[in-house]
Amino acid sequence: MSNALKDLLYKMADDALIIGHRNSEWTGIGPMLEEDLAFSSMAQDKIGHAQALYKILNEVLGEADADTLAFKREEKQFKCCHFVEQPIGEYDFSIVRQFLFDHAELIRYDILTQSSFQPLAQLAKKVKGEIKYHVMHADTFVKQLGNGTEESKARIQSSLNYAWHLALGIFEKSEFENDLIAENIFVGEDELKKRWLEKIIPVMESANLKVPATDEIKIVYGGRKGFHSEYLKPLLDEMCEVVRTDIDAEW
Amino acid sequence: MEMQIQEITEHQIWLALENVKDPEIPVISVVEMGMITGIQLSASDNGHRTCSITMTPTFVGCPAIDVIKKSIREEVMKLEFDEVEVKVDFETQWTSDRMKPEAKLKLEKFGLAPPVLLNDDELTVQQLNNVRCPHCHSTDTTLRSAFGSTLCRAIRFCFSCKQGFEQFKPV
Repeated sequence: MSNALKDLLYKMADDALIIGHRNSEWTGIGPMLEEDLAFSSMAQDKIGHAQALYKILNEVLGEADADTLAFKREEKQFKCCHFVEQPIGEYDFSIVRQFLFDHAELIRYDILTQSSFQPLAQLAKKVKGEIKYHVMHADTFVKQLGNGTEESKARIQSSLNYAWHLALGIFEKSEFENDLIAENIFVGEDELKKRWLEKIIPVMESANLKVPATDEIKIVYGGRKGFHSEYLKPLLDEMCEVVRTDIDAEW
Repeated sequence: MEMQIQEITEHQIWLALENVKDPEIPVISVVEMGMITGIQLSASDNGHRTCSITMTPTFVGCPAIDVIKKSIREEVMKLEFDEVEVKVDFETQWTSDRMKPEAKLKLEKFGLAPPVLLNDDELTVQQLNNVRCPHCHSTDTTLRSAFGSTLCRAIRFCFSCKQGFEQFKPV
């Protein structure tokens, strides 16, 4: 069972760390001060969530400490999905990504508050309250841009179309899916995806956005198994640059 | 060698913890914030006295946690324990409802609008409205951004005194 738990925690933590790093790339260049602050704050939240999940991996499941897991692993060892690895692009893509990703996260944590694995259930109760703010932020801007000018409508729809099959990659199943369900640790990715669609479709409709058609063959899988997009390696190189200059330095 | 061992009560520890402030909000103690979730005292046969304190952060990624842990340790060590251990966990999750009423008054005086009571309700946009300006006390205010200068703050604007102000977010 501990392998199934590790797999779940690693993918959640790696998603949070990588999206957190991407969010932080808006610091200083946000389209307006409030958005600069919003993405910077959400970056800090996400990296905090990653740290708390790595801490469970370390303290409960015997993995290395959080700093080692974040900064001293190889690309292949990461379990994040391709969606979080994508560059921030233009603001419309970052907002659409935040909308699709954070809704999935909020539902995931909400479900995990009932997990039989207590350390995760306890953390989920806390994290849930923070991600609500992220979702509220994303919903507000998706609706505003979707009901805005011709340019904003076109941009947000085209980003949504581009993001769709990447976002569906969040729900890539692991080999431990049935174990997690049987042990009441997590309801599984299929159920999560179902609830996610139920949640996001009404918001897209109220934002006058067309829900992109799903083509199973186009869904971007691989991240959960360590096969990543071309964007992860450069991100890790940058994120770990300082640590790698002196790997054993005491901070 | 005979030493006079003074009985240190839990009450004294709570008093000591009143001196520990959150560095981001230096007017409120960690006790008033509701961050302390447990105190355990133990003494071994050889008189070795240990105090174990459990705390829970206001936000998971709060960068002030290490500083707070250190200050707690320093304050409680003054009570002459041989060992003070500070643990951070999520067994009891912090919500803004844990903040004591007197803390909310101090927050407002400090210039930060206090969080509204959530009473376990789901957070809604409505709950983020009807917030009183800490400067002129008008409730004619609006949310400018749910994200501010620290993780726990939102940015608001008061139409009455035409000033921006910060609010401690309800979570």
